[in-house]
Amino acid sequence: MIDIPELWRYKDLLYFLTIRGIKAKYAQSVLGIGWAVLQPLVQTLVFTVIFGNLAKLDSDGVPYMLFSFTAMVPWNYFSNILTESSNSLVANKGMLSKVYFPRLVIPLSSIFSRLLDFLIGFLVMIWLFFYYQYTPSINVLFFPLLLIILIMTSLGAGMILSAMAVQYRDVQHAMTFLVRLLMYAVPVVYSIHIIPRQYLYIYALNPMVGVIEGMRAVFLGTRQMPWDLIGLGFFVSIFLFVFGAFYFKKMERTFADVA
Amino acid sequence: MNNEIIRVDNISKRYRIGLQEKADTFAGQIKNTLIYPFRNLSRIAKLSRFNKEEDESIFWALRDIDFTVKQGDVLGIIGHNGAGKSTLLKILSQITEPTTGEIEITGRVSSLLEVGTGFHPELTGRDNVYMNGTILGMTKKEIDQKFDEIIDFAGVEKHIDTPVKFYSSGMKVRLGFSVAAHLEPEILIIDEVLAVGDLAFQQKCLGKMDDVSKSGRTVLFVSHNIASIEGLCNRCILLEEGRITGDGDTPQVVEQYRSYIFKKFQHGLDDRKDRKGNGAFLFKNIIFNDDQNVIPGKPLKILIGFESFDDLNDVQIAITICKNFDERIMVIDSKAQNIFLSFHKGTGFIEISLPRLLLIPNTYVVNLWAGTGSDVYDYIMSGASLEVHNSDFYGSGNTLNYHKHGVVFPELCTWDIE
Repeated sequence: MIDIPELWRYKDLLYFLTIRGIKAKYAQSVLGIGWAVLQPLVQTLVFTVIFGNLAKLDSDGVPYMLFSFTAMVPWNYFSNILTESSNSLVANKGMLSKVYFPRLVIPLSSIFSRLLDFLIGFLVMIWLFFYYQYTPSINVLFFPLLLIILIMTSLGAGMILSAMAVQYRDVQHAMTFLVRLLMYAVPVVYSIHIIPRQYLYIYALNPMVGVIEGMRAVFLGTRQMPWDLIGLGFFVSIFLFVFGAFYFKKMERTFADVA
Repeated sequence: MNNEIIRVDNISKRYRIGLQEKADTFAGQIKNTLIYPFRNLSRIAKLSRFNKEEDESIFWALRDIDFTVKQGDVLGIIGHNGAGKSTLLKILSQITEPTTGEIEITGRVSSLLEVGTGFHPELTGRDNVYMNGTILGMTKKEIDQKFDEIIDFAGVEKHIDTPVKFYSSGMKVRLGFSVAAHLEPEILIIDEVLAVGDLAFQQKCLGKMDDVSKSGRTVLFVSHNIASIEGLCNRCILLEEGRITGDGDTPQVVEQYRSYIFKKFQHGLDDRKDRKGNGAFLFKNIIFNDDQNVIPGKPLKILIGFESFDDLNDVQIAITICKNFDERIMVIDSKAQNIFLSFHKGTGFIEISLPRLLLIPNTYVVNLWAGTGSDVYDYIMSGASLEVHNSDFYGSGNTLNYHKHGVVFPELCTWDIE
C-alpha cells in the first residue's frame, strides 16, 4: 500500500519540505507566526458576538467563546488541510515532472507543516481555559486518541484530494468554498443537541463530529465522553486513510503525465 | 553480460494529445457552452485512460525501445526535437511509467532534468541547498558534509543566507548545478543542463562531468550540443520519431544524425509538426539564392514562402543562423532594423537580401521566427540548413576553413609597417 521503507529513505526531504512550508508561509510578514494566533481568535470573537450574543445559540452551558474556540482548533486544522492538500501536488508539479521521489511526501509535508498552526491554536486554547478558570477532566488522557482520529482523517482526505486535483483542477476551486460551507456540517458554532436524534449517527459519519464533541467532553466537561460518536469517527477515519492510500497509489503513476 | 547496469526492454510510451473542437455558428457555440463541463469531464478523464478505438488523439512518444547500458558507459542520447529523448529520460528516472515494456536498473539513480528543482524564492540559499539536495535523493548528513564544497563551487559564499529571490538568474543556476554536481550516484541522468550560466561556468561544469565519467560511473546524457556529446560520450543512441535508429560509437552515430538532419532540411516546412506559436502565420518553405548556391563575399537572398491566416500588422521576422545546431552566429532581425511587416490573408513570399555574406564555408542551421512583441506566430527550430560553399574570398587564391578560421571573414585589411 504505502512503501514505508522508501518513505523513510526520503525522511529528510519530508523534513525540509515541512520546514519550507512553514518558513515560506510566514516569510516577509510582520506578524509572522502571530497570524496563527490572530486568525482563530478573531474568527471566534466574531462568532461569539453573532451566534453567542446576538443569535443567542445554546452553548451547552459554557461561555460561548470557549465553546466555539475548542471546536475551532481542530476544525481549522482540518479545513486548512482540505484546501492546502488540494493545492499541494499541483503547486509542485514542476518537481513532479522533473525528479523522482515518493510523491506522498508532498501532501504529507503540508499536513505536518500545518501541525504548527494547530499547536499554536491549542496553546491559545489552554490560555483561554486559564482565563475562564476551567480545568480539564481526567478524560484528558483520551486526547491523543482524538488527535489520532484528526490526523488519520486529514491524511486520508489529503491523499484523496491531492491526487484528484492533479487531474481535475475543479477540486481546488471547489474546496476553497466548500470548506466554508462544511463548517456548518460540524458542531463548531452550534451545539450538537440541535441535531435530531434519528439523524445523529448519519451526522456523525463525519469523523470531525466525534473529534469536536470529544474535545468538548475532554476540556469543557460539557458532557460524558461521546464514545459512540468517537468510535464511529475512528472507523470512518481508518476507512478514509486506507482508501486514500490506495487511491493515491493508483493515481500516483500518472501524475507526471497529467499534471 | 554481467556488468549490465541498465536494461531497457522493449518499452513504448503513449500520450494523449488534446483535440480541439470549434463551433462555427452562434447556436453551436451556445450548445458547446452548455455541454462544455460534460465534454471536459470525459476529455480530462481520458488523459489517463486509453481505449483502443480512439487512435487519432493518441501519440506514441516512444516505440519499442530496446537497449542495455554497461557500467561505466557514458551514453549520449541525440535526436531531433520531439524525437522522444526527454520522454526516455523521464522513464529511466522513474518519473513516469512506460505504457508497455520494462526497465531494470541496478544502482542508485540521480536524474538531473533541471537545475534547482524545488528552489523556493523566499528561502535562503542555505535552505534551498538542503531542499534541492534532498529532492535529488541526498540525505541531510551527506549535504552537511559537502556543504562548503557546494557553496564554494557555486561561488555564492557571501549570499548564502540571502533569500534566493534576490539572486541573479546566473547565481541561481550555479547554485542549482553545484548541488547536483555533488551527487554521488551510481548512475547519473542528465538533460541538457550544461547550456546554462556563463562560458566560464559551463567549462567548469563540463570539467565536472568529465570527472564523473572518468570515475567509472555510468552517465546518460541528452543534449542538442553535438560538441559536448562528442567530447563526453563513448557511445550514442539516435532517436528518430520515437524509435532507435542508430546505436554505436559516438562519431558514427553523430554522423548519421547529421545526415538525417540535413536530409530533413531539403524538404519544405509544410510537414513540420514541431513548430511553436499560435499559427496565425506559418512558414511554408525557405530557399537560399534560388539555387541554394551560397558563396561568401556575394549577396545572400533568402526567399521564404509563407501563409497568413489573417491580416496581420507590425509583424517581426527573425532568421537565426546557428553553428553546431544551437550556437547563434547571427540573427537577421527585422525589429532590430526597425522594419515592421504587414501581411494580407493568403500566401506569398518574403525576400530578404543581405548585400554581402561574410560567413566562412560550413553548414549552418537556420531557425525561423515570426511574431509581434507579444505573440509568437510561428517558430521553427532547425528549419533549414544553410550550406556556405568554398570561395576565394580575397581573390588571393586562398580559402578559409571553419576549423582554423572561425565563422566570419574579416574584410580585406590594409597592412602598414611604420
